[in-house]
Amino acid sequence: MKTDALAAIGAHPLDEYLRTDRLPHIWCPGCGLGTVLGAILRAINRTGLDLDRTVIISGIGCTGRAAGYVKMDSFHVTHGRALPFATGLKLANPDLKIIVFSGDGDLAAIGGNHLIHAARRNADMTVICVNNFIYGMTGGQLGPTTPEMGRTTTSRSGNIEKPFNIPRLVGAAGAQYVARWTTAHVWQMERAFIEAIDRKGFSFIEVISPCPTYFGRMNEMATGLDQMRYYRYNSVVKHGANLDELDIALNSPIIVGKFIDAKKLYLPVQGAAHGK
Amino acid sequence: MSGKGEISGEFFLSGDEACAEGAIAAGCRFFAGYPITPATEIAETMSERLPEVGGTYIQMEDELGSMAAVLGASWGGVKAMTATSGPGFSLMMENIGLGIMLETPCVVVDMQRAGPSTGLPTLVGQGDMMQARWGSHGSYSIIALSPASPQELFDLTIRAFNLSEQYRLPVLLMSEEAIGHMYEKVIIPPPGTLKITPRRKPNVPPQEYLPYMPDNDLVPPMAIAGEGYKFHITGLTHDERGYPANTAEAQDRLVRRLVDKIEKNRRKIIETAEDGIEGADVAVCSYGISARVSAIAIERARALGIKVGFLRLITVWPFPTEKVREIAAHVKAFVVPEINYGQMVLEVERAACGRAKTILVPHMGGAVHNPETILDAIKQAVA
Repeated sequence: MKTDALAAIGAHPLDEYLRTDRLPHIWCPGCGLGTVLGAILRAINRTGLDLDRTVIISGIGCTGRAAGYVKMDSFHVTHGRALPFATGLKLANPDLKIIVFSGDGDLAAIGGNHLIHAARRNADMTVICVNNFIYGMTGGQLGPTTPEMGRTTTSRSGNIEKPFNIPRLVGAAGAQYVARWTTAHVWQMERAFIEAIDRKGFSFIEVISPCPTYFGRMNEMATGLDQMRYYRYNSVVKHGANLDELDIALNSPIIVGKFIDAKKLYLPVQGAAHGK
Repeated sequence: MSGKGEISGEFFLSGDEACAEGAIAAGCRFFAGYPITPATEIAETMSERLPEVGGTYIQMEDELGSMAAVLGASWGGVKAMTATSGPGFSLMMENIGLGIMLETPCVVVDMQRAGPSTGLPTLVGQGDMMQARWGSHGSYSIIALSPASPQELFDLTIRAFNLSEQYRLPVLLMSEEAIGHMYEKVIIPPPGTLKITPRRKPNVPPQEYLPYMPDNDLVPPMAIAGEGYKFHITGLTHDERGYPANTAEAQDRLVRRLVDKIEKNRRKIIETAEDGIEGADVAVCSYGISARVSAIAIERARALGIKVGFLRLITVWPFPTEKVREIAAHVKAFVVPEINYGQMVLEVERAACGRAKTILVPHMGGAVHNPETILDAIKQAVA
């Protein structure tokens, strides 16, 4: 049966949350983005969020396409600017639940300044950063998270730069909830999303996700399954880990877990006047 | 006084303060900005005044973020504004383009100083006029207004908000340091007496709503986030549903409409002020602070017996091509003083179409013209 015919009969429990008329999606076989999107939609379902008042905002890139598939008010904005757009929307309309869903290049490179400032302000939003270590949409270039010696189309003999440890970055900037999981930790990831949605303030989850088409093929993990196996057997759960320990290197363990869960004053300030 | 925090009466205000008060009078309740000379006083005024009227001020990390936050606030249902000067205006171009593509009402103030680059931060310029028209990538049309006094800055800020709501796009207020820092009497009318254009809300239920299905005037009604319309909005080329449509056909339909909704309504948008055009041998065409200086030169020229008319551009974009062409048939020349090395003069020349000579009176910035240089050009035009 064709996907659109399946969608027409409401064949999937998440159809209520999806623009089924836009499926199939553009993501490659073996990509982890569908897994992450599924987890956030189940988390939205479990937390009972009002879909009329839940907004998904994405920047540019493979991950950025997620906003286009959800059946909620959703914005696909400029590269790197999902967070400031979200900040304006939230402050103008504090009743909205804001979920930013974007990639490592979008949030940590071109949008890096906005990332640290949104964390510093503790703006009330949940940010999901899907980290696949590479720019996928443009065909596999070096990114801010590409591990040292990682091969990409712009670092053919291996990356000579040190990558960002994003949980450490946002934690240092003031984020009050910081977690990291991989797409091999579907249940834990979903639970983290539920927790993050429940928190008031800036909650941040990094999800390590396979990009077999580019990062995998160029770094000896040619299929999505290879990368998933790697995450499964090389991840170490360490809740409350020191943020300094969270660097990611090729052929080394990936520390996952919940690292920060604190309560702080957040924006918009409770009781602050706002106009509409 | 009327309403919470709203003011009316006679005040002695700088242009920057008048702009902020105009925004508040227009219903602006959100400002995101980044400090920059000579627009900082707008942010400062908004940071004090917005909370008084139940609005929100936020200082962003840069102008990229400021412009993005303004767009977000507008989609949250709030009238929103930012203010900057040349270097920040350059950074805002990215999300001004997004605002045009998403069709987002908002107002951007550029208090022009002299560039390029950091240039003369505290001194006047008019070098961003072509950037206002063409600064973001791709094909589009824009609306830009140019006030010649703090009072007019107040009035045009309101008009900018009204135009932005009516045509759904960022409207640019192209002012200058000299107007922003000039103190003059500003009359703020009682709130109820102003014409304020509200958001064009959808008139169909959510399940029938198509975010980019235009009305007859080519402008689509706009839902806001959180009201159950469940719309998708993207900076990608999109169809009437708001869905990405990666084809030349969708591009053709969308870009033509984005341009046509302005160009086909240009008669309603364009505003100019004329003085003594009838029977004139030469016409001075100018805008903003340069128009004020031109008025002195025109007065002196008339005292010498020269028949000189005055066309002041209040709407600079879309450019009043038809008006200039009509005048060109009756005058020998246009004299165009502006504080740059020739920008709007190119439009005057294009519109005059060879029917009248065009004489640029340039100034590289840092000061306004000496009226004598404009007078010399007027004399040269009739010689």
